[in-house]
This record gives sequence, C-alpha cells and structure tokens, in this order.
Amino acid sequence: MSVEIKLPTEKAVQLSHGGGGKEMNNLIKSIFFKAFANPILASEEDAAVLNLDGPTAFTTDSFTVSPLFFAGGDIGKLAVAGTVNDLAMMGAEPQYLSCSFIIEEGFAIASLKQIVASMASELHKSGTRVVCGDTKVVPKGCADGLFINTSGVGRILKPHISVNHLQPGDAIIVSGDIGRHGAAILMAREGLNLESDLRSDCANLWPVVEQLIAANITIHAMRDATRGGLAAVLNEWAQASKVGISVAESQIPVSDEVKGLCELYGFEPHDLANEGTFILAVPQTIASGVVEIINRYGDSQTAAIIGQVEDNHHGKVILTTPWGSTRYLDLPQGELLPRIC
Amino acid sequence: MIELNQLYQGFRDPTTIHNLAREIQTLASQYPGNINIMEVCGGHTHTIMKYGLNQLLPANIEFVHGPGCPVCIMPKERIDHAAILASQPEVILVTLGDMIRVPGSKGSLAQFRAQGCDIRPIYDPLDTLTIAKENPEKTVIFFAIGFETSTPMTAVLIEQAEQQGVNNLLFHINHVLVPPAIDAVMADPKATVNAFIGPSHVSVISGAKLYRPAVERYHTPVVVAGFEPVDVMESILRIVKQKLAGTAELDVQYSRAVSEDGNLHAQQKVNQYLMIRPQFRWRGLGPVANSALMLRPEYAHRDAERIFSEKLNVADIDDHKACQCGDILRGIAKPKDCKVFGRGCTPESPLGSCMVSSEGACNAYYRYNGV
Repeated sequence: MSVEIKLPTEKAVQLSHGGGGKEMNNLIKSIFFKAFANPILASEEDAAVLNLDGPTAFTTDSFTVSPLFFAGGDIGKLAVAGTVNDLAMMGAEPQYLSCSFIIEEGFAIASLKQIVASMASELHKSGTRVVCGDTKVVPKGCADGLFINTSGVGRILKPHISVNHLQPGDAIIVSGDIGRHGAAILMAREGLNLESDLRSDCANLWPVVEQLIAANITIHAMRDATRGGLAAVLNEWAQASKVGISVAESQIPVSDEVKGLCELYGFEPHDLANEGTFILAVPQTIASGVVEIINRYGDSQTAAIIGQVEDNHHGKVILTTPWGSTRYLDLPQGELLPRIC
Repeated sequence: MIELNQLYQGFRDPTTIHNLAREIQTLASQYPGNINIMEVCGGHTHTIMKYGLNQLLPANIEFVHGPGCPVCIMPKERIDHAAILASQPEVILVTLGDMIRVPGSKGSLAQFRAQGCDIRPIYDPLDTLTIAKENPEKTVIFFAIGFETSTPMTAVLIEQAEQQGVNNLLFHINHVLVPPAIDAVMADPKATVNAFIGPSHVSVISGAKLYRPAVERYHTPVVVAGFEPVDVMESILRIVKQKLAGTAELDVQYSRAVSEDGNLHAQQKVNQYLMIRPQFRWRGLGPVANSALMLRPEYAHRDAERIFSEKLNVADIDDHKACQCGDILRGIAKPKDCKVFGRGCTPESPLGSCMVSSEGACNAYYRYNGV
C-alpha cells in the first residue's frame, strides 16, 4: 500500500533524488543529516570510522511494513527499535547504526520527513547514532513506498546471553502483554475493517535492558519476540538448548484488544509479532526481582513469569490450559490468514 | 458496555470444565460400551485439540473427527481449477483464508501467487465486489468454498453483483453440504460412530432440523454444540446421558444461536442463486451424490466453470496411496494409525486432506497432541 497523501502541490521523491547529483545532496542534507546530526556522519567520508573496544555485537535487519504508518509507530521507529533491540538482547549497548533507504519514486517528502523524525526520536532514547547511510530511488512500482535497512554495532556489557544457555529450573519471563504489534498491523491492513484503541508495542528496549544489566542479574537467554511471536522464541530456545519449556496459558499476559482480534479471526496471541516485548530465561530465585525491574523501567507494567525450563520433553514447548490439559505450543506456520468461518 | 472477557469467560471457566469432566466420568463409567462421537465440524476438532478436552474424558469416549473442514475436503483437481483460473491473463482470483495454503497437483495457490498470479485471500466475501469494481478491465473470480455457514455470503455477493451490474465478477462454486457428508461416513459398514456433535454455525443458517434425518436414520443422538470448551463438554455430557437412557434425540446445546428452522432469509437467498449439484468428489470420501451446490442456470453468465470449461478439463486426482484420510474421516483409523503421519505427511507438505488445514484432524493431532 502506498502512502495516501498525494496532493498535486505536494513534493514527492523523484528518480533524480537518487542520481548522486545536486538533488540527492539536497535530500540527504536537508532530511537525513539534519535529523541524525553527529560528527561521524557529518564528516562525509566513504566509510564511518569507529573506535570499538572489546567484544562487539553486530546485527542487520531490513524493514518493510504495510502500512508504513500504524497505531503506535511507523517504519522509521521500527527500523531503529528493531536493530537496537537485537543488540540489546545480546547484552550490548547499541552504539552505531547504518541506515539505507530504498525509496519508490513519487513517495511524499513530507512522509519521509515524518519517518526520519521518528527514527531520530527513537535513536535518542538509547543514545545511538546513525553514522553512515545510503539512499536509492527506484522507479514507481519497483518498491512498496519505502524500504529501510539498518545495521548496528554495540559493545557487549553482559556476555554469555545465548539461545544455548537455558538451564532446567530457569524461569521464563515475558516483559509485557504479547501480540500487540502483529494485531495492530493486521487491523491497519485492508480487509479487516475494525476500530480499536489497539497500538503496536514498538519500543526501544535498551533503557529497560540497561537497568537489568545495571542490577547485575544473571540472564541465561533473552530475545525479543518479533516475527513468529512468543511461540517462535520458546521453540527456538527449547531446540537450541536441548531442554523442554512449559508455560501456563493463564499466566501469559494478553490485552483485551489482542484477545478480541484473535477471537474474531482465529489467531493465537502467541503467534503474533511483537516489536517491544522480550522473553527472558533467568534463574528461578531471581525471577520476581527481574519482573519488578521490567515493570518499573519498561513501557508496560504487565511483565510476568509464565513458565519454566525443564529437563524433559527436550526441544518441545508445552502449554498448560487453565483446566490442566496440555498441548504443544507449536511454531506458527506460513502466513497468518483469518479462519474461514 | 460488554467486555470481551465477559462474553467468553464463563465458557472457559476451569471450575465449570472440571465439574463437567467429573460428571461425564461418573456417568460414562456406567455405560457398558464405547461412545464414539463424531464432531462433524472442523471448528469443533480445533476446539477439542486446542483446549485438550480429549484429555479430560474417560477411555470409553472417543472422538471421530469428521469431514467438516471445507478446505480439507477440496479435491486436488478443484484446487488445480483455482490455479488454472488464476494463471489466465487479466484474472484476479479471490478466495477465503487458508485455501491458498493447500497444495493441488502443481502447487498451492500461495506458490502460484509467488510466480506472479494475482491471488487475494479475503475475510469478507463482499470485499470481492470492491476488488471487481476497482479493476473493471480484469476478470475477478471468486473461488467460493465452505459449508452451509458461508454459502449465504456467496449468495449475497452474487445478488450484489447482479443488482449493481458488476459484470466482471465470476464464480467458481465449491459449496458443500453437511448431511450428505454424514451419510457418506455412515454408509461404510465399518463405521463406528454412535453419536454426533452437530456443527452449530451451519445450524445457525440451516436450523437444527437439518440433523433430524440423521437422528432417525442412524438412531444416534445429535447434540448441536457451541465452539467454546464448556459448550463442547456440556454437549458430551448430554450425549452420555442420552446413551445411558438409550435415547436418540436431536438436542440443541447452542441454544443462544441456533433455532429449529434457522435463518430463513439466508436460506431463501441461497436457493435463489444456487442449486444442488448432482455429484461432488470429496477429498477423502470420494464422489458423494447431491452433496454440493452450483450456480443456477440463469446465472450461467457468472459461472467460471462453464466459461473456462475448456481450460478446466482436469481429471480426478487421488491422494497418495498411503494416505488414510478416508478411514480417519469414517472413524475407522486415527491419525497416528497412518504410516505417513508426521513422516511423509506434515502440515508443510500434506499428502492427504486431513493434514492441510488447521481444522483437519491430522493437522490438529500433529500440532497439539502427543504431549
């Protein structure tokens, strides 16, 4: 879906903006340099020069989302939070980002500015800087409005967080109610005409992770539950660490709005994507303290202990219903499609 | 204002579920034989497996997962129809939900979409009207699937297309009927089913009376049940009570939505535009007479099967020989009795009908069972 603001008088990105000449220079300077202002970017060298010290985490992600603007965020916020969160989940302080834009010809400049502004505000939350970037403009029809790629590096402050490190007896904690990003995007898409206060959970997780690191707690595994949701993270962990994981359905926090959407369309909250909610495996003894820290410093006050790691049913995740029956919590399969009736 | 929680909380109350389970246990222990309950509808299969209700029942109550999943019962040749239609120049193929995941003989609709075919999954059939209006230069084909529940929506779509003169909208009708499917299952002398949970959203449209012939013909209790865990457990209890009393009656547990006669207005719309198809081949069950619908001749100008008949000349395509879906649908076999279950046949690459959709028995077993 393209952005709807299309007044004849409005300025739009043209192919010449990607041509490397004057127009491109103007675009870069007036929008990107202005929003991301920092000395490394301003030096305009062929590559950013960084001083890295010790073990460093490095990650990359490309962002495409339809619609580009959704309740609770936009593609810009997502592009920064996504990469910053990947670094944070490795116990790394997000320091430097690269940022590449692939823009479809005709894309409204005003929308681009709005997206870049929300990137800048998200960067500010974790003190992260965009130090290099690239802009390409492709002919109309060759991209869906705007694609963004960000890569990031960060100094590891808390080593040994790994999908391989879950241990029997660990508590599984979720940092907030699940499924809000996936639900907000589904609602905003054409076809599902619903009105709701539902907002994406899209958020920069570094501030809360920084507090967890400052408290010097033991973290065995930590991962943001993006595509594939809670179900995907738990299954990946169970398989990578060769352990079993059990979760209690009644303990998993889900907002009424997300529940409602799931009831209507036949989705499961644990299959829906999150963009500011993460899962931790920590020793049982400190679990309630971890929940307290997350609730004090995070965006939602709904963090909860939802289950534990076990030394049986290796590689599998088991969900217990409120009436005591059990079933596998499987990986979500294929694209999410509404049920038929 | 009513909150969502209030709407379903009572139907998922652990205490109520435990109490029902206990009463079922007590009463079923007094019944000398097995109670083999067919839940005809895939929605019930999903409820039973998702909420683990089978784990709460005594050993002499078994579920037989019936043929009530419209995606699962679609034979490969008709999925091929959809793919062929979608491959025609200037055609947009529109269909419901996870139909696009199911493989035909040359791939699924999702794969054809990836190759450039314009295939659009929708939730509300009336969205097809908008697509047709927005693309007047294209031929838009609605690949209509579903049981009695979803047929009225197709009928209304035909009506709207007629009334508004949307002439670029065609239909490929695959609507099927519940009672002939029950008859097909029961026709097998080896069939072990001796009670039914009746599909309830079907009954909202067609009325509970739809099942009277089955009650009389097979002398089995039929309880029309809602889709929440308490609904299903209460319906099982009612079945057990009937079995103990030796009765075979039609009973409506889902009384908050189902009446004896159903939605007459919806039935009238369906009859206005659609008629009984002499024969339809069901995946897993084979050809079943009078078990599906087709467009009435006066709407032949909207019938994609007729208009594209030369292209749709596809022979019947059977499932893999090792597939036991037919036996599973009749209650003669369980998914785990099948040699290819979970090995050659998985949700990612299903060999047979019961594995294809989340409402299919094998798919539900694969995902949820075996803990």
